[in-house]
Amino acid sequence: MMAVSEFLSRAELLKQGAEARVYRVQLLGRPTIVKERFPKLYRHPELDKKLTHRRTVQEVRSILRCRRAGIPAPSLYFVDYTSHCIFMEDVVNSCTVRDHIALLQRSDSPQQLEHLEHLAEQVGRLLAQMHDEDVIHGDLTTSNILLRAPGSGSGSELVLIDFGLSYISALPEDKGVDLYVLEKAFLSTHPHTEPLFEKLLQSYTCSSPRATAVINKLDEVRLRGRKRSMVG
Amino acid sequence: MTVVIGFEGSANKIGIGIIRDGEVLSNPRRTYITPPGQGFMPSDTARHHRAVILTVLKEALDQAGLKPADIDCVAYTKGPGMGAPLVTVALVARTVAQLWGKPLLGVNHCVGHIEMGRLITKANNPTVLYVSGGNTQVIAYSERRYRIFGETIDIAVGNCLDRFARVIKISNDPSPGYNIEQMAKKGSQYVELPYTVKGMDVSFSGILSYIEVSSAHKMLSSGQCTAEDLCFSLQETLFSMLVEITERAMAHCGSQEVLIVGGVGCNLRLQEMMDVMCKERGAKLFATDERFCIDNGAMIAQAGWEMFRSGHVTELKDSWITQRSLCLFTTWRTPWVI
Repeated sequence: MMAVSEFLSRAELLKQGAEARVYRVQLLGRPTIVKERFPKLYRHPELDKKLTHRRTVQEVRSILRCRRAGIPAPSLYFVDYTSHCIFMEDVVNSCTVRDHIALLQRSDSPQQLEHLEHLAEQVGRLLAQMHDEDVIHGDLTTSNILLRAPGSGSGSELVLIDFGLSYISALPEDKGVDLYVLEKAFLSTHPHTEPLFEKLLQSYTCSSPRATAVINKLDEVRLRGRKRSMVG
Repeated sequence: MTVVIGFEGSANKIGIGIIRDGEVLSNPRRTYITPPGQGFMPSDTARHHRAVILTVLKEALDQAGLKPADIDCVAYTKGPGMGAPLVTVALVARTVAQLWGKPLLGVNHCVGHIEMGRLITKANNPTVLYVSGGNTQVIAYSERRYRIFGETIDIAVGNCLDRFARVIKISNDPSPGYNIEQMAKKGSQYVELPYTVKGMDVSFSGILSYIEVSSAHKMLSSGQCTAEDLCFSLQETLFSMLVEITERAMAHCGSQEVLIVGGVGCNLRLQEMMDVMCKERGAKLFATDERFCIDNGAMIAQAGWEMFRSGHVTELKDSWITQRSLCLFTTWRTPWVI
């Protein structure tokens, strides 16, 4: 425990997200990301302890499950359940899908639309694969999917990250909600991209025999959003 | 100078407020209170509003020291909310607008809360947590629209509190949420309840069924915990979820301000937890008290004032109401960049 916190005190703090501090370090010569879930002082200590532990475990489990199925996620190097630190591969030469979409939208390349659609199809396929393994991500946003080697066209590969809210479930309901969460994050982060998200869902549907049931659930969940006949 | 009168009655409060250029001249309100164990039904609520609305209107004008001729615009809540009470209040607003010969303006209830919060707290570009009996949303402003980043995927947080109060027969006077807050101060034992955050969304129905179906009465009768402990644990759980999704939205948008609006927003424990989170991030919390958090007429007047000044009016034939639907397009604010 002491060793980890001492180690991190000398590390480069990359960012403080909503629930963890992210550091960039070298571990045995490898570029490494450390995700430290620190105590949240606003919540009851008992609740905080349970959530922090549960999420560290869930994140590790889901990453392993994805990697075993050949779904790209960072390699895990070391987990410390005392200080709630996960040491994992630093996906070098990558950017978030969020930044990449923004970049493509700003470019005036004639292939802009083609590139965006290709990316959306890639994401749809990846998520279908993940759901086929019964992994529910729980926090799908375009910030939580990395693009390795962006710009290298067909050579670029997507990597899923941030599995803290993930869990294992085979229910179409859970998978539908997973897509619903992504849909809202996607459309609020990237305004006016409805056709693009439609492409993503099409690709999801084509990539898995179990997708139809999930999409039907998604339609159901959309109607549950209480006041959202959004024009905005 | 622009003077706007606002009529609000989308749920169990009926309020009429008058605003003159950012100054609240009057803001009287009545609440329809039901016996313990019961919620408010639309038709009974509408009957209550019908019975008192003219008294409240007279109070609003008298306290402001104004005559109908001094009013420039009549704003009313167009929705979302309960159908019958909305219809009742819209009808009165339409009638006085015609009697007084003043333009009419339909206002979105949620935008009313946000604009009132901004007026009172002077928050500039906040991430807004809107929490009430019917709504639970995390909203941020981008590209001339209020955008919903997170929300409940089933029931609202206030609805969860109200229905919990019904299960263990807590009084609805002055409000179930207020009474839960007071009882929670005497609770000490933390009872674990379901905790459901999905991305920036939350779900409360699981907590409610957990309490309704088995736990509450069993735990209380076996002496495992007290009603106060349950209130305490419920608040800790619900509010942790709300603070968490607000923080997620802030991290997502890079925002450094939080504004809490809506009836549940006057809960001091929620404000305290949000404040701790903000301090950890170097952000700033803005909140208001029960006068403006809870549904009131001034908030409709304030949003109406903004809209009227930017050239909006609602023609009589368009002065309908809606129980759902949230069109959050705004023309009176300059776009912020997130």
